[in-house]
This record gives sequence, structure tokens and C-alpha cells, in this order.
Amino acid sequence: MSVLSLERVTYSYPGAGAPAIEDVTLDIGPGELVVLAGGSGSGKSTLLRAANGLVPHFHGGVFAGRATVAGMDTRDHGPGALAAAVGTLFQDPETQVVMGTVRAELALPLENQGEAPAAVARAVEEAALALGIAHLLDRPTAELSGGELQRVALGAALAGRPKLILLDEPTSQLDPVAGDELIALLRRLNEDFDAAIVIAEHRLERCLGFADRAIAMRGGRVVCDAGSAEFLAWACDAAPELATPGARLLSGLGLAPVAGVKAARSALRARGLLPDPDPFAAGASVQRDRKPRRRAEEPALELDRVWHEIDRGPAILRGVSLAVVPGERVALMGRNGAGKSTLLRHAAGLMRPTRGKVKRSGRVALLLQNPTDYLVHERVAQEASPGALATVGLGDPALADRHPRDLSGGEKQRLALAIVLDGAGGGTGGAAGGGAGGDLNYQTAVVCLDEPTRGMDRRRKDDLAALLRELDAAVVVATHDPEFVAAFAGRVVLLGEGTVIADGSPAEILAGGTYFATETARILGGAGGALVSEQGIALVTGPTGSAGSAGSAGSAAPRAEVRA
Amino acid sequence: MSYRRRASPLHAARASVGCAYCAALALATLLLSAPVALGAVVVSIAGAAVGAGVVREMRRAALLALPLGLLVMAVNMLVAQSGLTVIARLGDLPVFGQTDVTLEATVYGAVLGLRAIALILCGALYTTAVDPDEVLALFRRFSFHSALSATLATRMVPVLARDARRLAEAQRCRPGPPPSRARLMRATTSGVLDRALDVAAALEVRGYGAARRPPRGWRVRRPWSRHDLAFAAAAVAIVGLSVGARVANLLPFQSDPSLHAPVGAEGAAVAAALLICALLPFADHRGIER
Repeated sequence: MSVLSLERVTYSYPGAGAPAIEDVTLDIGPGELVVLAGGSGSGKSTLLRAANGLVPHFHGGVFAGRATVAGMDTRDHGPGALAAAVGTLFQDPETQVVMGTVRAELALPLENQGEAPAAVARAVEEAALALGIAHLLDRPTAELSGGELQRVALGAALAGRPKLILLDEPTSQLDPVAGDELIALLRRLNEDFDAAIVIAEHRLERCLGFADRAIAMRGGRVVCDAGSAEFLAWACDAAPELATPGARLLSGLGLAPVAGVKAARSALRARGLLPDPDPFAAGASVQRDRKPRRRAEEPALELDRVWHEIDRGPAILRGVSLAVVPGERVALMGRNGAGKSTLLRHAAGLMRPTRGKVKRSGRVALLLQNPTDYLVHERVAQEASPGALATVGLGDPALADRHPRDLSGGEKQRLALAIVLDGAGGGTGGAAGGGAGGDLNYQTAVVCLDEPTRGMDRRRKDDLAALLRELDAAVVVATHDPEFVAAFAGRVVLLGEGTVIADGSPAEILAGGTYFATETARILGGAGGALVSEQGIALVTGPTGSAGSAGSAGSAAPRAEVRA
Repeated sequence: MSYRRRASPLHAARASVGCAYCAALALATLLLSAPVALGAVVVSIAGAAVGAGVVREMRRAALLALPLGLLVMAVNMLVAQSGLTVIARLGDLPVFGQTDVTLEATVYGAVLGLRAIALILCGALYTTAVDPDEVLALFRRFSFHSALSATLATRMVPVLARDARRLAEAQRCRPGPPPSRARLMRATTSGVLDRALDVAAALEVRGYGAARRPPRGWRVRRPWSRHDLAFAAAAVAIVGLSVGARVANLLPFQSDPSLHAPVGAEGAAVAAALLICALLPFADHRGIER
């Protein structure tokens, strides 16, 4: 019997012109681990909300078809009743944890179900042990990091031993280490608890490796429902934005795409295509980048031994020196707490160094992590000048009258970027002067962005990378996303404990690592400094393209079940 | 300002006792009018803040309460025309008319202001030293949804404060003139409503909507610790002293027509006893864990 069964489900949010999901039929069996793929607005979150009863009970709207969870029809059972069978984890850990201590948080769902105290206490202990948060049980939730909060929220979702666990981009707010830990944890829970797991995720390379199935959505419809390898084969042909870098690498070499770094390496090794792991071996087709060019021109931004020491607290920055010249594209990487966001705030003048100096050759535009914080007007056109909107790809007149908060996540990000870039000051439309893609007044010397790709799908990331490459100003981006870094950056600065621990080209920094490495680099073991699949293909095939014929396996790849 | 577990005797006491202790201090504030008694209560609260390790939070609360106390005093000074000892003749003021400031009205205003400050500090002590989750558990059988809403409000305060800081930073990053206060207010409200919607959805999927009243005796009984006993005894003693002093008029206070607030030996003893009762439980540091 299925844990989750959707039969021709169509749902429209109140006042929406088109359905968010349309004619969706699928079955998920006990213990299955299913990855839900698709771009922003494809209907993934709505599908998850239909499975936990929030659609239609919480959101209202028009619901057609039939959704059954553990034998309960969601039309007859609201989210409260379904909570005994379904655990849900959303994106933002801050708003999911409602109690003051971890123990109380884990106990809440069970107490809501009227469980006996002994059963509650036992379930809390078991969930805490399973998630490795037993040491946090009596800690106040206000003191926990984002990764810890997300684990606690997952614990609350698991405490009642649900048959189905739904996760909506659970790693989008986490750094790569915490994100990878969470995914590994899910894998173990899936094996130990035998709960079916459905996870919506943009970074498919993280979880496809151990998924039983992948379901792709587009425009509210299921367009592919297949095993991981079949899904990747389908994606390489029909939806390249959903293909993982590893899949693109294998596909480009004529091999059948497989999920996971280990499987991809095995596939290459079996064909004798895995290059020498020495990153810069002789004959590597991708040449080692030189040290970042330090042009003779005046830096657009210069930090000179900058310290940021909190009163009665730790030092967040410890003597950071960094110069960025106009036109340079710099990625700031490092784990949470390394000092990336603080450095950007100093660059923009939001903070003053406790020691050291910051010099700027002009205005510094800073886009902080939450784009919604920048939106204060009623219409998109009021937020920024037409030139700024055109520059970020929001020049479509149809968007001008929309409410900024009704835009998609990616559109909000671009609108906020238009606001900070807009030297004319928003909505006046009087901008003039040179600039990429529009008539924007670029008084801006440096553009700083703090984690701009959180929750973005790959297509939007590519668009943003292209936009950043076009800007004349120096660009400094704090990010955890190595694929995005490989797409836009010419230099990577790695921060650790408030100091610069590495500063070099993307190939030097990203090719040899694990957490700070692209999937292509991890598959190829850093060979040739190849970071993206195209570079990997060039590296393996060499100037003659010798590997091109090696992969006749591509045609033998099993085809996915593709639904129109 | 929010609850954080600390290694203090008050934090180690159960929530019901912590509530009772803060309520007893608040009751003493309301029952006693003599400046010496109110002063003793305020000093007790300050001492409790030191003992509970929440001085920084209480200082912040005091900074908020102080202007309110002064405002109460100033308004009473200008509005109340009772009292015989005129200390300033302000003449004909708009709104207030002919205004004479009397010593009696000023002192009575100061007492009211001090009382307001003491009540705010009692609230702050409760917020910082009594576990809201335990309070929720206490009220679960009576009004679970209301208690959870109150707990949630406490939990959301730091989250919304962080949101406000983020919003302020984002506005500093906007080039050009800053948006009007009305626009900012609208944006802030939208942000808070978004947060509220997210929290409501999270509560729904945790079974909040289907929450059942727990059966009688659903909580595991916990033995009374030395701190539970000490603070419960302190609360009883504070209430007893306050009621007794009020009934026996040991701390008389009169401000009309002339000031009359003698502090006899009994009054001084009551004030000292209040102070000792309130602070004695903080002397025992055994069996405390963070």
C-alpha cells in the first residue's frame, strides 16, 4: 500500500490565474526516498503541501482530485490529523522552531497527539539520539546555529515516527557542511526508520546519489518519474538545467549519466577515462590559472589589516587585507562564522573596523542575504529606475505594475540588485551613463552580494552569473556555492576564523577540495583544475577529442518514463 | 529580551514557583505605597536580577521603564492640584490651565512612577528567569492554545528583532533618500505577517490544530528541589508581609492635603524583611545546573 498517493490532483491558490499543480498522479511506497526536482515555481512546494494537508486546508483555493496519505484522504483530514503520519520540514529553520528549548520542541507534536508522558519522553530521547542532538536537549533554541535549528526541526518532524517525511529545500539556508550532514542524516534515517522521504532540492547532486526515484516537475506537472540514472539521462536531453554537473560531464563524454561522485568516477575509470589526479599534470588541457592579476590601477576596494572585535566577544575579522581592482570578480568562501558577511558589511561601510582601514574608490552597493528586506514600494517600477530594472532583466513592462513581494524568489533577488545598483535612487528613472545592459548610472565602484544564490535554481544562477560578468564594477560575492563560483569568479578568497587562509584562482582553490569543490572537480580528483563539466570534457578528451567515441554507452542508457 | 537558562537559583526553581515569586513582588508593589517600601521592592528586584544573572537584560528594561516613570510623575505633578505645599507657580498653561506644582503631588507622582517602574521590572524578571515552555505546560490543561500563543510571542521576539536589524541594514544599503516611515512600517508589517504565516504553517504540520487537552495527571511529577522550596517560601513571606503591613498600616503614606510618610521601627523592619525574604533564596547555590 502506498504511503502517499495522488490521483489527478489539480490545485490553484486563491486568486491565482493558473493551477500551481495540474493533473498530478503518483504513488510513493513505504521506505522510498524520492527527490523532487524542478525550477522555481514548478510546483514542488505545492505538491509537498498537498501531501501534508496544508493544501487546501491552510491555504484555501480550489482542489480537485484525490490525495491519500497513509490511508487518510486529505480532503477529510486536515494537517493536524495528518501530522501523526506525515512529518514536514520547511526551508527556514527560524520559523519552524516554536518552543524555547529543544526538548520542548521535540515533545510538542507528540503532546499535541495526546501521547502519554512516558511515550513522549522516550520518543524525544530516540529522536535526539538518531539526529545526534542529545547534547542539545536542554539548550535554548534561541542559542542554536542554523544547522542545529534545522536538525531540531527535523527531530520534531520525526519524533512521532511518521510514515512519510516531506522536506522542502531543507539545505537552502545551510552552509555546505551542515547541508551535507543533513542529507547524510536523511539517508541514515531512511534506512533505520523505514520512513518514506520526499525531498525537494535544487542542488540535486547532493541527494540523487542515494535516491530511489526522482520526480521532475515543470509548470505544475510531473514530466519525469524515474530512477536516478534514468532521470539524469532524461534531464541531459530534455531539461539540462536539472542535469547535475557530473551527469553533464558523463553525457558529454558519451557515457550514460549516473548519480553520485563515486559512481561517476567508477564509470570513467571503467572506460579508462579518469585522468591523472595530479591537478596540474603535464598535458592537462585546462591550464593552471596564474595568480590573480594585480593590475597597476587603483583598487576599487582595499581592506588594510581590518579587525572587527566584538565588545566582550570574539574577533570576527583578524587583520584581513584584501585589494580588489575594478572589473575583478571575487568569491568569498568559508564556513558559517568565518567572517564573510562581516567583511562585506565593512566593505559597504555598514560597520567600522575596530582596527585597520577600508578604502573605497566610489560607492559600494551591498545586497544582503534577504532581498525582501529591500522592498518597500507597492509596484516594481517604483523600486528602481527603468535602466536598473533592464540591467537585471526585469525590464518587461508586464512586471512594472506587479507588487514586489509577489515576485518569485529569483525575481526578488534581481529586483533588490537593481535597487542597490541604482545610483539614481529608485523609481525616478533619471539615470544616465555607461553600464552593462542598460543606461544605469554607475557611480558604483564595487558590487557586493551576500549569499545571492540561496534557494535559486540553476537557470537563475546562470542568469545571475552572466549578469555579474557583465558589470563594469568590481564584484565581491560571499557564497557557499562552488558551482556558482566556477561560473562567475576569477578569484577565490577563502576565509577561516576571520583571516584569509587562501587566495587564488578558482582552479587553485576549488579543484582540490571536498566541501569547497565543484562536483566535476571531485569526480576528476582536481585533475587539470577542471571545475565545470565543459572543462572536464575538454580535459578528458584532450585536443583531439579522443574520448568522444569511447562512450557509446550513452545510447544504451535506459530511457526515463517521460510524461507530456 | 527573552528567557535563557542560566546557572542561578531562580532559573533552577520550577516555573510555577518562579511565577509565584515574580507575582509576589508585583503584589507587594501594588499593595504598598510608602516610598521606603517601594524602594525596598525595587532594590529586591535589582538584587534578584544580580542573583539570577540577568543584570544586562534588566538594565535594558530599566532604561525603558525610567522615562515612563518620569512621565507618570510629571503628568501627576501638572494635573493633580492637591497638596498644600506649593513649590512652583507655573501660571496659566495651555491645556492645564492655572498650574501650581505642589510637593505632595510631586511625591505622589514619584510614588506612582516608582510603582510603574517596579511593575515593569517584575515583568522583565519573569520574562528572563521563568521558562516559558514550563509555563506553557502549566497552562496546557486549561488553555493550551492561548498559552502556546504567549510562548510563541516570547520566542518570536528575538527573531523579529533580528528581522528589524536586517531591514534597517538593507535600508542603509539603498541609494538615494530613505523611504518614508509609513512605507517602512508597511514593509515591516508585511514581513511580520509573512513570518506569522510561516510559523502558523509550521504549527499546523506539528498537529497544533488537532491538539487535544491532556488527561489529568499527564505530567511527570517532579520532586520539589531546595530552590523550589526556598522561592515558594519567599513568595509566601513577601505576600504575607505586604498584606500584613497594609492591614496593620505599618507603613502609612498620605499625600493629601499634606505629606505624611513616617518610617517607624515597624516600617523599617517590614522593608528590611521584604528585602531579606526576596534575596535569601539566592544565597544557596547547591544543585544548580545550566
